[in-house]
Amino acid sequence: MGLSTTGTRSFAAKKELKKTIAGYCFISPWLIGFLFFTMLPILTSAYYSMTSYDILDDPVFIGFGNFTSMMSDELFWKSIKVTFTYVFFSVPLRLAFALFVAVLLNQKARFLRFHQTLYYLPSILGGSIAVAVMWRRLFMADGAFNAILEIFGLNRGISWIGREDTALMTLVVLAVWQFGSSMLIFLAGLKQIPQSYYEAARIDGARRDQMFFKITIPYLSSVIFFNLIMQLIAGFTVFTQAFVVSGGSGDPLNSTLVYALYLYQRAFKYYQMGYASAMAWVLVLIIGTFTIVLFKSQGKWVFYESKGGK
Amino acid sequence: MASKSRKVAGKILFQVLMFAFGLIMIYPILWMISNSFKTTNEIFGSASLLPEKLLIDNYVRGWRYVGRLTFTQFFKNSLFYSCFSTIGVVVSSAFVAFGFARIPFKGSKFWFAVMFLTMILPYQVIMVPQFIIFQKIGWINTFKPLIVPMFMGLPFFIFLMVQFIRGIPVELDESAWIDGCGYFAIFTRIIAPLMKPAVITTTIFSFYWRWEDFLGPLLYLNKPKLYTVSLALRMFSDPQTSTDWGAIFAMGTLSLIPVLAIFIAFQKYLDQGIATTGMKG
Repeated sequence: MGLSTTGTRSFAAKKELKKTIAGYCFISPWLIGFLFFTMLPILTSAYYSMTSYDILDDPVFIGFGNFTSMMSDELFWKSIKVTFTYVFFSVPLRLAFALFVAVLLNQKARFLRFHQTLYYLPSILGGSIAVAVMWRRLFMADGAFNAILEIFGLNRGISWIGREDTALMTLVVLAVWQFGSSMLIFLAGLKQIPQSYYEAARIDGARRDQMFFKITIPYLSSVIFFNLIMQLIAGFTVFTQAFVVSGGSGDPLNSTLVYALYLYQRAFKYYQMGYASAMAWVLVLIIGTFTIVLFKSQGKWVFYESKGGK
Repeated sequence: MASKSRKVAGKILFQVLMFAFGLIMIYPILWMISNSFKTTNEIFGSASLLPEKLLIDNYVRGWRYVGRLTFTQFFKNSLFYSCFSTIGVVVSSAFVAFGFARIPFKGSKFWFAVMFLTMILPYQVIMVPQFIIFQKIGWINTFKPLIVPMFMGLPFFIFLMVQFIRGIPVELDESAWIDGCGYFAIFTRIIAPLMKPAVITTTIFSFYWRWEDFLGPLLYLNKPKLYTVSLALRMFSDPQTSTDWGAIFAMGTLSLIPVLAIFIAFQKYLDQGIATTGMKG
């Protein structure tokens, strides 16, 4: 008897070991990639952030030097201001548009499939360089935007991408224009809401706006939450659009110098790898703070069905 | 009667507004396409979508680019990069996803959580050290720094596929166990064939992202011979040089064709993919 229990035990242990080996075999591509292309860079980045390093010579340890010089770097603060402005306008506007159009598309009417495609198309093409280049042309003094204003007699010959006070807004518009993916996610969420909720509310004499704020929004809150986090991260790390629209410079007068662009310049224009790494960690801190605050605030405004909340 | 006609009027108004708004949405793209057929003088200060006559000069001029390089080379480079990365990322992600979804091994939950965290890690953190590593091993001005990491799977795709595999009934695996199959056989014979929708979705997205990728090529491909279409377009439109807008719009339009073609062919899968995972198009 004693023999047979040790027998089954060792059999079970063998099976367990086999599972572990098989498991690690299957995840090995990711695990190796993670160790070499993510973990190793994270550790070296943490070290570089404490050094002065121009690639040619060996890194020189300077402690928190990069972080203290950042505090007195005017361009650093400018890039923070530009990025926060960009996020502050583009993320809520994009989500609001996405939700608004998703609600419009979530009803019984004709051609909805066609409309959905039209609204989604800019999101599919919007990431391409061709579109970013076109955007610059669109908002030049002699671009199509002014030509359209001309029709309404409003053209004052403003170069929207050339002026300090409007250039960033063209980037915001470019971001908001691509609300399609969020819209599709909202639409999928809306389709999950049981129609009986609305019917019951209608019987109780609820108005449309009441139903929207009392049923739709709470029901969608987890989807909104998810979208918000993803869009915040994308917003804080925006690079390509600003790079292409400003020709890599962040001009006019650094008004489009978003954080990731300034970091790129420090690293690959001036070869200050230490300073750029330190900037990257500040970015992690910013994104991390926003993510944590949002997660903490979840309990107040995000409702999950399984918890029975409504 | 009155209420019925009011309803019809409402429906018509809804359609008119939706179409008008939709037109505004795609106007910039149409404007770009129509500009690719216009003379440079015609482009300035015009919002019109109809070129005076269809000129293909822009395409001919644009395709020749500068010096001896033509867009043939850039399209080849983009296709090479996009296709190889996509094959690598889809196969490896499926493999890893199976491990996470179906094998309850020790540490599985821990590594899955780690993978989840890497999804919100900004690329900027690893950009600089990765560049330095690749420089030290002599990978600059090759496609290796862009393609090799893709063969390690992408957390977004792995996550999507794990979700998908969890939806496949476990009974299928169990009957295969009884037939004496190991994990590898279960993956290749049972799970992999059933993953078709997830594979199509990730293939499309991977292709899009690689085709439109800009930062990667900007960092690692510094010789014009290696430029992808995105990089060539951007060099084309450098504000420092006088810009041939007609040619840019022509090549820009061409660069969108693969993306549009796939969008039209696979729209159903795209919708599903975005809706279930929240991936960005």
